[in-house]
Amino acid sequence: MIELRDVRKAFNQGQHNEYWALSGISLAIEAKQVTALRGPSGSGKTTLLTLIGCLARPTSGRVTLHGRDISGLPERFLTDIRRKTFGFVFQQFNLIKGLSAIENVMLPAYPTGRPHRELAARAEALLERLRLAHRRDARVEWLSGGEQQRVAIARALINDPEVLIADEPTANLDTALAKEFMAILESFGAEGRTVILTSHDPLVVESAAVNRVVDMRDGLLVAP
Amino acid sequence: MNAWFTKQRRLIDFTLASLLRRKGRNLGLLAVYALLVFVLASAMLYAHALRREAAIILEGAPEVVLQRLVAGRHDLIPPGHLERIGRVRGVQEMRGRLWGYYYDPVVKANYTFLVPPDNGIAKGTLVVGPALARERGMSENTGISFRSYSGELFSFVVADVLPQASELASADLVLINEEDFRAFFAYPAGHYTDIALSVANPAEVRNIAIKLSKQLPDSRPILREEMQRTYASLFDWREGIMLALLSASILAFAILAWEKASGLSADEKREIGILKAIGWETGDVIKMKLWEGGLISLTAFLLGFVGAYLHVFKFGAPLFAPVLKGWAVLYPRFDLVPVIDGLQVATLFFFTVFPYMAAVLVPIWRAAVTDPDAVMRS
Ligand SMILES: Nc1ncnc2c1ncn2[C@@H]1O[C@H](COP(=O)(O)OP(=O)(O)OP(=O)(O)O)[C@@H](O)[C@H]1O
Ligand SMILES: [Mg+2]
Repeated sequence: MIELRDVRKAFNQGQHNEYWALSGISLAIEAKQVTALRGPSGSGKTTLLTLIGCLARPTSGRVTLHGRDISGLPERFLTDIRRKTFGFVFQQFNLIKGLSAIENVMLPAYPTGRPHRELAARAEALLERLRLAHRRDARVEWLSGGEQQRVAIARALINDPEVLIADEPTANLDTALAKEFMAILESFGAEGRTVILTSHDPLVVESAAVNRVVDMRDGLLVAP
Repeated sequence: MNAWFTKQRRLIDFTLASLLRRKGRNLGLLAVYALLVFVLASAMLYAHALRREAAIILEGAPEVVLQRLVAGRHDLIPPGHLERIGRVRGVQEMRGRLWGYYYDPVVKANYTFLVPPDNGIAKGTLVVGPALARERGMSENTGISFRSYSGELFSFVVADVLPQASELASADLVLINEEDFRAFFAYPAGHYTDIALSVANPAEVRNIAIKLSKQLPDSRPILREEMQRTYASLFDWREGIMLALLSASILAFAILAWEKASGLSADEKREIGILKAIGWETGDVIKMKLWEGGLISLTAFLLGFVGAYLHVFKFGAPLFAPVLKGWAVLYPRFDLVPVIDGLQVATLFFFTVFPYMAAVLVPIWRAAVTDPDAVMRS
């Protein structure tokens, strides 16, 4: 589904602090699978996720989605693909403070112009599924860490994306909450949703919910 | 089209929610903004209404008024004076006018008693200006008495109240029959207050004035165009003072608006990053910010303008009272007739709303084109 061919990414290219975060990655990610990226801090996991999720473009190499080269597309097209294909759960959750849980969930759908009724119903259903319906009108800064993460997951799913991307989803959670997340992850796997995540956490990468683990070090893949 | 509307509604919803989240800051800004519009609009409405009043007064005024002077003081026109002038080339019509001031101790105001040119007021009746009617509670067929300067009491019946086309011109006016006028003021028969001349060709007014001065060395011609110039300079002077006061406030506002609008807070920057990462286009972010700027500036404009309208036309511009002292002395009390000039409103709108919108957009653009991947590392 997603293919990377000799993908490299440099930060501050051409300047004295030039840094190559990825130095040649070739990888095929299959649809309907849960794929985990594992590696030490600074190995380039987050960077790789931003390339896959159309948040950034590679310095060189190709990224294709369903066979279509997306590495050179202009910003507007990338945004469009990002909105339709990917849902993100960020490490810090990145919810918008001051808004309620349900408003945060609906946010990615605003630019699509979908009817409010339909949107609200879907957001409601997602919160229900994540057992957060009772907190729908609470401001997100009043929610606990686990609740915030579930709001972030619901938000990632509002546009019904093909691929869910999660960066260190359990880093801010205690064991119990992390286990809860794994349960949610498992249900996604059972649904046949494509999930790509990064993690240090053995609880995550060694769980049965993860179909495939990709190891990274110093901006390169490590042969299994 | 439907999707477009839905999308704009969602953007507005989000904008409103964002504005409410920073209530204190945005309300403060709104207040200052509305205040600026209020002051500017008050000045504009006031100046415009005054100009219009002046124009109405002068429109009906004769081209030349001839006053007789005795020892440098305005004196009555004696009988036979009109005939003495004889025919002057270019003068269409010449007639003696009768008018005078009367101080009414009841409401402590000056009225202008005037005999209309056709002397069309029936004996024993009066036609009064709207302000006067209001102050003394008069309407058609009410009776009213005035004590003349000689101490005698005169009773009249009000035949009509003048329409409120121009307060300055007609507010304190009392139209009266000639005989009543002479009796009330003990005006000697055959005497007039001054002489009004109408001139067909405006280019000749000056020549005629020179001729009249030569022919009647004891008289002083007053030209309408000179009065126009006096009024104009009077208004320009007042407006000048107001504008000087205003430029300070405009400057203060400009600094404030620029500071608030162009300096994106770290929070806002982060939010824009999140919105972009979750699928908002740069254009959506800009539209949202445009709505925000638009909502703030339109609300401020409406509040300020409506406030200014009430201030000027309902409450008589009390905040400008010090600057308007000059008028208040001449006309102890008057309300301006509400007039709004579309072009003026448009100008005000342009100079208050447009710069703010521009100030909002500059930094947004900068923030919106930054890479969305920064969100992954906050
Ligand atoms: N914007 C940037 N400018 C410069 N260097 C950057 C930038 N973003 C990332 N890097 C560097 O690229 C390298 C890879 O970063 P990345 O965030 O992908 O690592 P990671 O594997 O996700 O690490 P962690 O497990 O700590 O999240 C790091 O050394 C980091 O310092
Ligand atoms: Mg990382």
